[in-house]
Amino acid sequence: MILAILTISLMAGLFGLILGYAAIRFKVEGNPVVERIDALLPQTQCGQCTYPGCRPYAEAIANGEAPINQCPPGGQATIAALASLLDTEVLELNAEHGDHLDVPLVAVIDEQTCIGCTLCIQACPVDAILGASKHMHTVIAEECTGCKLCLPPCPVDCIDMIPSQQTIDDWKWSAPPDPMELVQDA
Amino acid sequence: MLKLHRFHGGLHLDGHKTESLGRGLQQASIPERLFLPLRQHIGEYNKPLVEVGNRVLKGHMIAANSSLICAAVHAPTSGTVSAIEDYPVAHPSGQPDTCIVIDVDGKDEAVEPTLIDPRQLTANEMIELICRAGIVGLGGAAFPTSPKLSRGKANGIDTLIINGVECEPYITCDDILMRHYAAEVLRGTGYLQQILQPTSTLISIEDNKPEAIAEISNALAQTPLANTEIIPIPTIYPSGGEKQLIQILTGKEVPHGQLAFDIGLFCQNVGTCVAIARALERDEPLISRVVTISGDNISEPGNWEVRLGTPISHLIELAGGYSHAPGGHLVMGGPMMGFSLSGAEVPIVKASNSIMVMREETIPHTPGYHDECIRCSKCTEVCPAQLLPQQLYWHARAQAWERTQEFHLFDCIECGCCSAVCPSQIPLVQYYRAAKSEIRAAQKAQFKSDRARVRFEFREKRLLLKKQKDEERRRLKREALQKKRAAPGTGEPAPDPVQAALERVKARKKSAQEESQ
Repeated sequence: MILAILTISLMAGLFGLILGYAAIRFKVEGNPVVERIDALLPQTQCGQCTYPGCRPYAEAIANGEAPINQCPPGGQATIAALASLLDTEVLELNAEHGDHLDVPLVAVIDEQTCIGCTLCIQACPVDAILGASKHMHTVIAEECTGCKLCLPPCPVDCIDMIPSQQTIDDWKWSAPPDPMELVQDA
Repeated sequence: MLKLHRFHGGLHLDGHKTESLGRGLQQASIPERLFLPLRQHIGEYNKPLVEVGNRVLKGHMIAANSSLICAAVHAPTSGTVSAIEDYPVAHPSGQPDTCIVIDVDGKDEAVEPTLIDPRQLTANEMIELICRAGIVGLGGAAFPTSPKLSRGKANGIDTLIINGVECEPYITCDDILMRHYAAEVLRGTGYLQQILQPTSTLISIEDNKPEAIAEISNALAQTPLANTEIIPIPTIYPSGGEKQLIQILTGKEVPHGQLAFDIGLFCQNVGTCVAIARALERDEPLISRVVTISGDNISEPGNWEVRLGTPISHLIELAGGYSHAPGGHLVMGGPMMGFSLSGAEVPIVKASNSIMVMREETIPHTPGYHDECIRCSKCTEVCPAQLLPQQLYWHARAQAWERTQEFHLFDCIECGCCSAVCPSQIPLVQYYRAAKSEIRAAQKAQFKSDRARVRFEFREKRLLLKKQKDEERRRLKREALQKKRAAPGTGEPAPDPVQAALERVKARKKSAQEESQ
């Protein structure tokens, strides 16, 4: 009887030590779910989801504070990916937050009108605007995410959002029409 | 004699080669205007080196880029640059692309060549000259030759394979080229040997081209090359594919995600050998190529040596025009792997090995409707890449891109064997091409969003650092001020000025009250 109690207690103590050591040695930094959600978001940093960036939105989703359908730049593809990651239902994009555009936008500064106030540079979440005080500014189109955050601060309204240039390399082969749809149409 | 191997699957197809072989190799006349796309190879766009109004001579470099994957464009004849604008080009999208347009003056004046003996050159000098000559693989893929050679040389090459297989129906440009330029093919092969130092060289030709085999054998007998063998191989489609040819000749398979030179092999098309010989011996850049014009809607099918940039309509005129209703259907490449062109104004580029002019009636139109897969597995039997086309089809149709990659979608060479044998006439390759473009687009978007994340996080960090620095500065300032206030001799803090002022006011009020009383 006593031997059994001793053995079990000893084992419990031993496993406790191992688990305690493992908890310190293999400690997971941060919340891995947040990382994985963040990886699926388009990183536009536009704030259309009402959170100040993609990572805060990822954190909100992970904490169950926000639904997965608040990201217009990601659109239905991102919603589907999030649903499959979190094993939840696929939702329709919430139109309150904006519409999904097939061709991403890019900001263009009308350099004639720009007064060099640097306000847009401070607003850009990805440092994609180049310029200095009282000097002309310009957008690095390659780095622009099309978030529109530079529009409100501009005092002379010289920034336009245009669809990003599609080249021959962006062209995609189209899949054959689905035969089932054709049958149903007939 | 080398023991030949077999690759999995493949098809015996109707060759349709005799139609275009009857008239030998003809020199095409130069049209009034040439349209030269800035990019005719796989890789970055070239930048124009000329401006509208410039006069150019034959062989003038008119566009180039500084990246490693380079293939400059040269003026095919003398004339004046009349525009640098978007024009229709040979692309499956039918979209236009930037071209340099040359108004031909008819004099065909050439740049003075600098002649050097290629035998005296080092391998790197030869690669540099090949790069400057704008040479790309002329088998159809148009991959720039110089970076391929540099990588091959760095990896060390055991076997050099010269590809004269030309397995696709209707195309005979390599066959004719071997018959007419056998000596140049071999001299080009010799230069490749000089660069790569392989232990053996195999010149492989399908056995449906006995004349080409005879010409190359004669030329080899006259000017022997070290360790070089001519290997006739059985006619089966797609034995001209690089990976399939390697398997036939060596029994080796190029592993997934690797290239031929990773396993010590180097393949080059016979046309490319001729281009290399001309570039090194005559200082002549790649400005022309042999093109087959064939199909059932052309009066006189044949092979022409054509200046690059020649519109296809000019070639159709040379070939006696349409034999049936004008217009018809134009395909660049062969019936298995080619793609439809937007119109006859499209110019010949470095990759154009063949133009098929077909009657609308005989082209199996992309059916709007196909039957369902009955799981007969014929596609699996013929797939030369040993994939499972059926599974790929299901997953591609369901847009399950990850699953298609698990079934090695990107190992598909798009040879079209599966589509050709499918009893339900499913356009399988079209599904695969669409899946590949979707996956590539997603990868591109992922790359962009990863960059944006890095930049966003860097900015957050920078702003935080700035905030911390500002706070630190303010703290130091506050401390310095407090130290100053402490009266130096007494060690006691000076009385609060506000309190002092209040007391003064109180005292004044008090004295005023006393006075009035």
